[in-house]
Parts: sequence; C-alpha cells; structure tokens
Amino acid sequence: MKKSVFLGALTVAGIVAGGASAATLDEVKARGKLNCGVTTGVPGFAEPDASGVWQGFDVAVCRAVAAAVLGDGNAVEFVPTTGKTRFTALASGEIDLLARNTTWTFSRDVDLKFEFIGVNYYDGQGFMVPKELGVASAKDLDGATVCIQTGTTTELNLADFFRANNISYEPVPIETGAEAVQQYIAGACDVYTTDASALAAQRANFEDPTAHVLLPEIISKEPLGPLVRHGDNEWADIARWTLNALISAEELNVTSVNLEELSAGTENPEINRLLGTEGELGSMLGLDAGWAKAALGVAGNYGEIFEQNIGAATPIGLARGLNAQWTDGGLIYSPPFR
Amino acid sequence: MSDTHAQTVAFVRETQIPPSPPPVTEAGAVKWVRENLFSGVFNTVLTLVAIYFVARFAVFVFPWFYNGVWEASSRKECLDILDGATGACFAVLVDRWDHLVFGFKYPPDGYWRILVAFILLVVAAAPALFASLPRKLLFFTAFYPFLAFWLIWGGSLWFPLTILGLIIATVLVFRLISAQIPVNFRQIVSAVIGGICGIGLAYLLFIGAKELVFIANSVGTEGAIATIAYGVFWVMAVFAFVFCVPMGIFVGYAIYNSFEDGGLVSIVASLLFAYVAFSFLLAPIWMALNSVVPIELEAVASRDMGGFMLNMLLGTICVSLSVPLGILLALGRQSPMPLIKGVCVVFIEFIRGVPLITLLFVANVMLAYFLPPESNFDLILRVIIMITLFSAAYIAEVIRGGLAALPKGQYEAADSLGLNYNQATRLIILPQALKISIPGIVNVAVGLFKDTTLVSIISMFDLVGMIRGPIQNSTEWTSVYWEVYGFGALLFFVVCYSISQYSQWLERQLNTSHH
Repeated sequence: MKKSVFLGALTVAGIVAGGASAATLDEVKARGKLNCGVTTGVPGFAEPDASGVWQGFDVAVCRAVAAAVLGDGNAVEFVPTTGKTRFTALASGEIDLLARNTTWTFSRDVDLKFEFIGVNYYDGQGFMVPKELGVASAKDLDGATVCIQTGTTTELNLADFFRANNISYEPVPIETGAEAVQQYIAGACDVYTTDASALAAQRANFEDPTAHVLLPEIISKEPLGPLVRHGDNEWADIARWTLNALISAEELNVTSVNLEELSAGTENPEINRLLGTEGELGSMLGLDAGWAKAALGVAGNYGEIFEQNIGAATPIGLARGLNAQWTDGGLIYSPPFR
Repeated sequence: MSDTHAQTVAFVRETQIPPSPPPVTEAGAVKWVRENLFSGVFNTVLTLVAIYFVARFAVFVFPWFYNGVWEASSRKECLDILDGATGACFAVLVDRWDHLVFGFKYPPDGYWRILVAFILLVVAAAPALFASLPRKLLFFTAFYPFLAFWLIWGGSLWFPLTILGLIIATVLVFRLISAQIPVNFRQIVSAVIGGICGIGLAYLLFIGAKELVFIANSVGTEGAIATIAYGVFWVMAVFAFVFCVPMGIFVGYAIYNSFEDGGLVSIVASLLFAYVAFSFLLAPIWMALNSVVPIELEAVASRDMGGFMLNMLLGTICVSLSVPLGILLALGRQSPMPLIKGVCVVFIEFIRGVPLITLLFVANVMLAYFLPPESNFDLILRVIIMITLFSAAYIAEVIRGGLAALPKGQYEAADSLGLNYNQATRLIILPQALKISIPGIVNVAVGLFKDTTLVSIISMFDLVGMIRGPIQNSTEWTSVYWEVYGFGALLFFVVCYSISQYSQWLERQLNTSHH
C-alpha cells in the first residue's frame, strides 16, 4: 500500500518511476503464467490461428521463455500491443517480456530504460513499387508519395534516407500494415515502405504478386529483438539465455527430433551443459537443470522455429539470409554455454 | 324527377355513365414515375444521372456478390477459385465467424452462454422498453445483470447472487432506519453511528496526515518540481492533522442531529453496512454457499472477451449505466446547492472537453502506473467506467435541455400542490423532461454504441480490432477488406437502425400533446 501511494506520488511529482519491482521471476512463478506482449498481428511473426491459438516467430520466443521458467510452453498470457502502447505496457509492469518485432535502437535501450536481450531477426527497411512505375532504384523516387506506418523506426529511416539523398517525398501516414497495403493497392501512394520481411509477406497475398517489385536498396538496419525492463538483471539473463539456447541448439544440431536422445547424455560437453546433464547452468539462473530442454521442447531450435513460421516453405517464404547461423555466413550467433 | 322537359328534350339519360379509366399518364406506376422522377427538366436530369450511377454500382457489385466464394481456407485459394473473375471472398466470414462474433479467446464450448445471455437480454429489456407488458417482468430485468454476469464471465452463480442479496440487505437497512423504527430509538442509533463515523473520520485524517508526511519526505527537495510537491504535501499534511478532530466532531454531530427526519443517518448507516458487508461478508458467504451447492461455469477472463460480443457488452452496460447517471448529473447541475452544482458542472465540462480516445488511453496505459503492479483491476471494467462517464456527461446535457424546455409553471404547479423536491421531480418534472429528451438520448446511445469500436485502438479485440488485427494480419487472410468491413458495417447498421426505429415508435407512443 505504502509503495503504491509512493509510486503514485512520484508520478504526480513528474518523476518517472523506474523499476517497479525487482523480482520478475518470482512474480511469474507465483502467477503461473508469463505475460508476454505481442503484436495485434503480423503475418508469420504473431497471429492467432483459426482456433484462436497464437502462432508465429515472436510468439515462439514467448513460449520458449515460459517453458524455461514454468516448464509449460502454453503458460503464456499473450497481451496484444500496438506500436503506441507496447512500451508503456512493458514499463508499467503489465507485461514481463515484449516480443513484438521491435527494433533495437540506442534511445529505446538507454532513454526508455529497456534491456534488449538479443536479436531474433535481422531485418532492414525496403521499398515496394508497382512494376509499371518503371523505377529501378529508390533514388529515382523523387516526389513520390510513400505509405508509411506511424510510430515506427521506418518513419524516421525514411526521412533520413530522403534527406541524405536530397530528394523529396510526401508521406502518407498509416496505422497498421493491413491498412498500408490497402492504400498502396488502391493507389493512394506510389511506394510502400516497411521492413523487407513484411513487404515479402504481404506481397505474397496480392492478387498479382508479379506486378510489384521490391527495390534493391535496404536503407536501414533493423535488428528485431525481445526486450525487458531495466532493473531486473536476473530476469533479463533468463530471457537472454533462453534465446541463446535456441540459437546454440541449432548450431549444435540439437533438434526437436533428437532432443530426448541427446538429453540422456552425449560426448559433446557443451550439449550436455546446455541440456543440463552436466554443470549447473540452470541453478545459476534460478531455474531447473532442464530449463533449456523445456524451451527447446516447445517448437525446436531457432532454425526449426524459423522454417516453421516464416521460412521458405511457408506462405511468407523468407530466406535465411542475414539470419543464418554464423557458421553459414549469417549473423545469428550465440555466446558459448560455459 | 318531373315531366317538365319531357316534350322539349329528346333524350334524358337515366343512369350514370360508368366511369372511364383515368388516362395512362395519370394513374399507377406511370403517374408515380412522372410526378416523382420526371416532373421537370432539372429532376429528369438528376434521375438520369442517378440511374447511371446506380447501374454502374450494380454492374460492379452484383458479380462481386454473385461470384462470392464461400468455401476456401485462404485468400490465395479464393483467388484460385475465382480464377481472375471479380468476386468476393466471403470464405473469410465462414472461417473466422466465431472470432468475429465472440472473439478468438472465448472458449468455444461456452458460446451457448453468450447466446442465452443475449436472448435473455431481449426478454429483460422488453418490459423496460414496452410499457404494455406486465410490470412484474421488471423483477426479471433487475435480476438480469447478475444472471448475465454469471453466464458471460462464468465462475460460481453464488457470487453474483450474494452481491444481489447484500444490495437488497442494504436497501432494507436504509428503509428500516429511515422509516420503520420509532424516533427515540433512532436517536440512539444516530448517536452510535455518528460516534463511529466521527471517530473513524478523525482517525482516517490522522493516518492520511502521516501518509502525506511520508510521501513528502520520499519526494524530497531535489529540483524545483519536487520542492513544490514537497511543500504541497506538507501543507496538506498539516491541514489534515489540524482538522482531524474538529472534522470528526462536526461530521459525527451532523449525523446525530439528523435523527428527527432520519435522512442523513439512514444514508450513512446503509453505506456503512454496505462497506462492512462487501468487504467482510461477501467472500465467505458465496464461498460457503458454493461449497454446499456448487453451481459453476468455466470462468472466462475479461481479456478473453472479443468480437461483436464485446461491442454489445460495452454498449449495453454503458448505455444502461449512463442514463441514470446522466439524469443525476443533469438534476445536480440544476441544483441550488453550490457544492453539488459545482461538482456536476466541473465533471460535465471536463469530460466533454476531453476526447473519448484520451480517456481510453488513460484507462489502458496511464492507470497502470498509478495502480500497484500486482493489482489486476480489470481492463474491461476500466473501459466501462470511462465510456460510462463519457456518455453520462453528454446525456446529462441532453436531459438538461429537456429540463430547461419545461415551462416554469410546471415547477410552480408542483410546488403549489405541496409536493416536495423528490415527488415533484419524480412525478411532474422528469416524465416530461425525459419525453422531450428521447431523440437526444437515443442519438447519444447510438453514437456511444459505435464509439465502442474505439477500444480497438487500445488493443482490445472488439469487432473492428478483430478485423484490423488478427484477421487482416493472418497469413491466410491478408488483403481481405471489403468483405470483413462490410460485414462489420452490416452488424452495426442492424443494431443502430433498430434503436432508432424503437425511439421513433416510443415518441409516437408518448405523444400526449395532441397538437
């Protein structure tokens, strides 16, 4: 009671109250559910399916953390957030983890007082134009009208790009991706710009996908990753190393198929440490020894999650590209489990 | 007839000529068309232009409906089936029907509960809407909210029933003290309750003063804003400390002093009773009853409500709460008592000066900063409170218009009959004022119902949120627009048009002025 009055008073006095509570892990365990912030819907990344179950690439991170902490990948309360409400939801303690294709930037990390726990998807901002426009490069877009989602980093990147190249444009601000596509198809804007992954996903559902081209320029770095609040390093460690476990498992060839077999013990000490048959990594995090095994048991390793939700075989059809393991020339890289 | 002209006129017709049919241009459809569509050059041109646009629209829309695909599992499949032809993809409505109507998280084996609640809503609303139905049905209307709560949210039936019981008990306490007991006994009751309230208030103020000192010291004096806040909290603390005993004595004595007519003391006593009952008796009673005779449905969290059901839920609850609240605010604004009038004016003007979406954002994100992190003050409840307050302010102004439209003679006539304020308001003023206000109230109600879609902005999945979020962003159904939004528009039109038809019917029923 005293604390709530105190916090309220601090807010009244105009001082931002940071770090509402210290032990997120205890709260999650007591609640028996992980409150995980997701989008209201981005194809392949987070969307409820026809029976109402959340699916997707970001959703898989939530489920993996829930499995590591609570042993059950379904012990997640998915809290849908918009681009505008996501940060307040996390800062106010409504959610424990935000896995909502959020770009890791300096100001979000430092000024908004969040802790990005890693990168689960390396994206970049691209442009889509109708083929009949005959544009071959983004630098030919002088005077174009551009559909752009408000409140995102893409909006700022766009301004930077056009200013740096000294060409003019007219923005058409739009709230959601679905609206942007509708405006673009209806011809309200010449160009639609957002993360290249989303462009590819949305173009796949056009009536005639071949009538639209993605321009070669990728004008920004968009490292998308899950994040937590500042001030609870134990919780941040759990989330960070759960993501790393998914990534390491792919590197070590631990899959949902051979998980049971390998967790009986192997010749490879790092796999043993990861799966808890050797060492005490789990107890250092304050979790069971089998935490990583539980996280991997939900949907497999990073590569399996990728292929299942957004990979080449899905309607989204994204190639691994930058998101391949470092051993395959990509950027996905986990520090060692030691 | 006489024979006067029998010799002078060769032929006299003795039967009437059968009426000949009117000219073709003056009868039937042709006449209607001539008079209504081609009555002049200007109207003819307008008609031709209108026909042109209607025809173009029909040529575009008809194949769209006619070719509509009802069975497909994704937009891609729709396009494949259509194979280049124009056609709607209604399959999205079939595939996501449950989500559109009930939201995607409501347990599917509980859909019947929503349907039963909706059918009973019609039954419960009927006696309130149609005066010709037996008045006894109003008992069911009063009981309905508790039943509907149980059906929609689930849990134990005893929980809402116990609440109902405690509300009835509170009313009984009020009536007992205000009218049923002899005056000298009431004097004793007043003394006891006055004493309790006086001491309680003094104690609360004392605690508050200590809390304020604690807050002031926590804020500290670093920086200008903090220093100002520090000073303000200290001044408030000193006030609370100095006035705790005098305020307690004053309030306690005021309560004791009201024993003769029993007004104040019965209100305070029933509030005290309600406080004690709801904080200490509610949980044990319903849990005990439930352990004896468990009547339970699977509990559903508020966060899992969605689809059109959420719009209906918010619309129904907020309209039915905001009309009485609006009446109170309107009467309060007319009140000669400056405190009541001031509070009402400030409230109404503040709420009307703030956009609803701002209030919803406050409910969604800002309150979370003020409330302690572990408190789970229900999001739907917060939204209901905000929408109710918002529409109550508007309804209050509509009703104030009705009150102002009454001739002064009505108030004076009520006074001259010897009616007191309550009787005059209830029997003379409100029936007339509300009759005048019906179109305005219905206008606010229809607007409010449509405004419930604004909750989609704060990431609640009502009908529009469901369309904008999960459906349009699912892998299967991206780029589906007209079908889903058209369906949403249809649902809203049906409800809003029914409301407006009802209000017109009601106006005709109440038209007692016989102009």
